[in-house]
Amino acid sequence: MTTKKRYERPVIKRLESNMPAKFGGRSNFEAVTHIENIAVGELISRFGSPLFVISEKRIRKLYKQARQAFETRYPRVQFAWSYKTNYLSAVCNVYHQEGSWAEVVSGFEYDKAISNGVEGSKIIFNGPDKTEEDLKKAITNQSLIHIDHLEELYMLQEIARSTRQRPKVAIRVNMDTGVYPMWDRFGFNYENGQAWDALNKIMYSGNMDLMGLHTHIGTFMLSPSAYAVAASKLAQLARMVQQKYDHEIKYIDMGGGFASRNTLKGAYLPGQDTNPHFDDFAEAISSALINSDYRPKTPPLLILETGRALIDDAAWLLGTVIANKRLSDGKRTTIVDFGVNVLFTSFWYDHRISPAQPFTAYTEDTVMYGPLCMNIDVIRENVSMPLLNKGDYVVVHSVGAYNMTQWMQFITLRPKVIMIDTEGNPHVIRQNEVLANLSSMEQIPPHLATFEL
Amino acid sequence: MKIKKNIAVSENGFIFNPSSGESFSANPSGLEILNLLRQGHDKESILNHMGENYQTDSQTLERDLTDFIETARQYHLFEHEDE
Repeated sequence: MTTKKRYERPVIKRLESNMPAKFGGRSNFEAVTHIENIAVGELISRFGSPLFVISEKRIRKLYKQARQAFETRYPRVQFAWSYKTNYLSAVCNVYHQEGSWAEVVSGFEYDKAISNGVEGSKIIFNGPDKTEEDLKKAITNQSLIHIDHLEELYMLQEIARSTRQRPKVAIRVNMDTGVYPMWDRFGFNYENGQAWDALNKIMYSGNMDLMGLHTHIGTFMLSPSAYAVAASKLAQLARMVQQKYDHEIKYIDMGGGFASRNTLKGAYLPGQDTNPHFDDFAEAISSALINSDYRPKTPPLLILETGRALIDDAAWLLGTVIANKRLSDGKRTTIVDFGVNVLFTSFWYDHRISPAQPFTAYTEDTVMYGPLCMNIDVIRENVSMPLLNKGDYVVVHSVGAYNMTQWMQFITLRPKVIMIDTEGNPHVIRQNEVLANLSSMEQIPPHLATFEL
Repeated sequence: MKIKKNIAVSENGFIFNPSSGESFSANPSGLEILNLLRQGHDKESILNHMGENYQTDSQTLERDLTDFIETARQYHLFEHEDE
């Protein structure tokens, strides 16, 4: 009896030597058959498909790389884990074990950090929407409150007066760092004097402790030099405060926004080859601070709230091919079982997607669709993919940031998330949703309880 | 359903249509189907042959073969009466 050959669907492709296609060149050269030494097929058969997989080992490695990049260039460095990037408690706790404080942007995130066991004084509270109740809690816990607007500043003054507690505050400063778009919707502007005005208000109030200065200049930043501009401007503000009030700023918080290895839509070259590394950002920020005119007795603590660059490349999304089709113009399409409701970042990135089983050198220009019955559900608009069959597994790379917080329950239920620990053991860190989870939040008025068809 | 006689098919899957100047490439399973078509096999016979030689099911084969033939037809690789 002869052994049957491995099947690859037959394909014939016209060879073109004219204009480059928008599908680009072949980008997959090796199948990704294992994640942290566990077979993709085994993970899917145990935990289902689609499935988010996070590597604890990879998180710790990325964190150590980032810490090393900054600590070898600046004497006092503190990371604060950006909860909005991924607030699954298991993920947060890996960062807390590594020494990260918490950086939160809502009352819900604040409570989550507290319930994870983070000391109040090691929580940085950012964001434009802090309620009076949130602020009272944060003041009592001696958290670091980063003021976003004057209404918040006035509310803090009022609470400080009425409760006789001294809030520990910083202001968020927005500024022109030479990048477009300029992020000026959060905080107080540097160039037009708003930031200096807010600092004066805090110092004159006499009932708040001005601890630091904060900025967050953008997201997925590809220009480290913009951070140098930002650090110089914050150092200048710190110097002005020191000169006028003889008050030392305790910390400078440079926020986050460092790019991960992903490729932004429209980028010409792959992000993994071209995006700046931690060292590039660290060099720009540290040099700007060290070379500034702000020279207090103790150098200010440098706080970093980077989220995406620490977690994105530590997670994968595993999925399964549902079907192959052709569009009316003959274009190949492949439908997979995860949509934009789960992989939200496919709106921003051309995610790298690898088959999880061996493939040949043959590819087809493909559109990858998710399973949603919605036209917007496009995972990759143009990708040169190896020939996938129904039931084949695929691995989407660098999905750790924002997907597990911005995902939505829409048409399909959200899948499980597992974390592979440093010993190689998988743990479910978030169960997949079931209908009962959603039904438990709904109520049906009695007159709508029954019907006849 | 016959491949045009002047279409050149190399043993590694390079295909050349001298009347249009176009060239194509086929993967090994595609090349096998092209060769069977050149030998005069019909769809049913090709399905049987592929089913005996490849690890897949008949539904997948039928769908993929139909798709392959339609693509080849759009590339004008068949004799006119079959287009």
